Amino acid sequence: MTGKILVGYDGSDSAQRAVDYAAGRAKAEGADILIAHVLEWSPYSFLTPEELAERHKRRNEELARAETALLAPVVARLKSAGIAVETELKYGHIAETLCRLATEHDISQIVIGRTGHSALASRLFGSVAGTLAQAAPIPVTIVP
Amino acid sequence: MNRSFAGALVALAALCAMAAPAAAQSIDAKVNEIFANSTGWFVSFIFAPLPGTSFPWIVLWLVVGACVFTVYFGLIQFRAFPHSIALVKGDYSDPNDAGEVSHFQALATALSGTVGLGNIAGVAVAVGIGGPGATFWMILAGLLGMASKFTECTLGVKYRNEYPDGTVSGGPMYYMSKGFAERGLPGGRILAVFFAVFCILGALGGGNMFQANQAHAQIANVVGDYPGWITGIVLAGVVFAVIVGGLKSIARVTEKVVPFMGILYVLTALVIIGLNADKIGWAFGQVFAGAFTGLGVAGGMIGALIQGFRRAAFSNEAGVGSAAIAHSAVRTKEPITEGFVSLLEPFIDTVVICTMTALVIIITGQLIADPETGRYILNEAGTAIQTVDGNSGVALTSAAFSSAFGWFQYILVLAVILFAFSTMISWSYYGLKAWTYLFGEGKVTELIFKVIFCIFVVIGAAASLGPVIDFSDAAIFAMAVVNIIALYVLMPIVKRELDSYLSRLKSGEIRKFR
Repeated sequence: MTGKILVGYDGSDSAQRAVDYAAGRAKAEGADILIAHVLEWSPYSFLTPEELAERHKRRNEELARAETALLAPVVARLKSAGIAVETELKYGHIAETLCRLATEHDISQIVIGRTGHSALASRLFGSVAGTLAQAAPIPVTIVP
Repeated sequence: MNRSFAGALVALAALCAMAAPAAAQSIDAKVNEIFANSTGWFVSFIFAPLPGTSFPWIVLWLVVGACVFTVYFGLIQFRAFPHSIALVKGDYSDPNDAGEVSHFQALATALSGTVGLGNIAGVAVAVGIGGPGATFWMILAGLLGMASKFTECTLGVKYRNEYPDGTVSGGPMYYMSKGFAERGLPGGRILAVFFAVFCILGALGGGNMFQANQAHAQIANVVGDYPGWITGIVLAGVVFAVIVGGLKSIARVTEKVVPFMGILYVLTALVIIGLNADKIGWAFGQVFAGAFTGLGVAGGMIGALIQGFRRAAFSNEAGVGSAAIAHSAVRTKEPITEGFVSLLEPFIDTVVICTMTALVIIITGQLIADPETGRYILNEAGTAIQTVDGNSGVALTSAAFSSAFGWFQYILVLAVILFAFSTMISWSYYGLKAWTYLFGEGKVTELIFKVIFCIFVVIGAAASLGPVIDFSDAAIFAMAVVNIIALYVLMPIVKRELDSYLSRLKSGEIRKFR
């Protein structure tokens, strides 16, 4: 099997387990891993004038924080395990962005952690896992 | 919420509580007197009629400006309309720029600063005095104003200041000083200082006191009369929490509810118009007939025209320069795209929302006409058309909407408060930018302005300060005097940007991302 494994990573415990699972698969298949962190963002949300003026600064801060606090540790962990790893840091709708990354990069499967929202919360806000399962162009593994 | 902020909030509230009730009467009288004496000349100057007529020169100034920009840019408001919609939808947005301010967000924020009492109360005043014909002139002013907005918002982005930390400051002050210097012309800096001063006055007046005052009037209208300073302190507290305390959640809720309110308002208007479908033809007939004959309103056709243009300018702020401050935050390689997006504002604000208000007032028969001649009957003073219950302003709009749905007056109260609040938040920022332009950026100077702003909320709600409100209206129009001079000087720069952009759009160099 060729292609990379895409892991949707948000730093949570279940995301860690998803990384571990993906690492096992990668080793077995000799595949690379693409770690993606998506910052939830809608271009149709509403901001105050002050937030507009500060947006670029905040965005840079958010990106820097995600890079150092979230991505760097997991990359170091995978590299030390001898797995080739790349990262993507994006803004957007989480499930849609993961699907887009899957087609842009040559991805063979997507692995994500289960968020464990209550049934009500998922019903109200939709869940990433649910949307991905419906929309992904390739197999999706949801790690509990 | 940190402790110093909470302390400051309590101190502010206590200060206002002590000062307001005891001395409210004398303070009102004093402030009125001082303002009337010291600013009367300024108000009379701004609203002075042209020699030998009753036509205020400032209205002509705005209309001529809008016409010049419309002609100079070759009816840009119609040519670029479809492209503007595509930009707002995000068709031309690079997905890699996600997380930056989108065109939609800049438009929504600028709109929440302009959609407000002008659309509800201002239109009622226009139709009440100028008759249905005022609607025609209002729509025309809205369509022409789109070109003014286009020009000022393009310049706002082009000449904004970008700081190393990634924040931006923009607006007419910056295009005046930087743009004039670029063209090798003197006077840009002086013009900018004048603009900044008028902008601070406009922010405290029309963008603050007038809003607080009308919000209180609406609440008192429903729950019964009570002292205005109570509304003032509550409103000031909330505004303080947002602009000083950085309590973004309140602002964010407002920014979400305001568009919803706007949509609900338009939908209700559409339903009422739909219920009276048989009268739609008649209503438009009144609008057109009134526009050219006056149908007996005060001042005739010219009266209708003045009211229409004046209220449209109040409502959509085209040519005033305020929107240029809000739009300058967008991260775009092409300043002209922000101009395209901003030209939708007068369309949504005036051509759509104001027209809805006017049609509902006309169609629900609030204005009393002589059944035989079809001409409107004036009140005893001869200053306005007689209405069913003698209403004017917000009350007239409220009566018109409630005649179809009784519950709508409560929705309208909520809408007025929220619109007033979001307008205040926007203008606090516009005023702040003018303030920091004059006095420099820094935590302390910014805090001074913000506290002054909150104090004016209480003053505005506590009393009906006629002269003060006249003055603040005059200050907003004075912004337009200075701003439009700058737009005339700088419009060749916009033209160059426009030609370059359109040719690249045609050649396919600028392409859609989806």
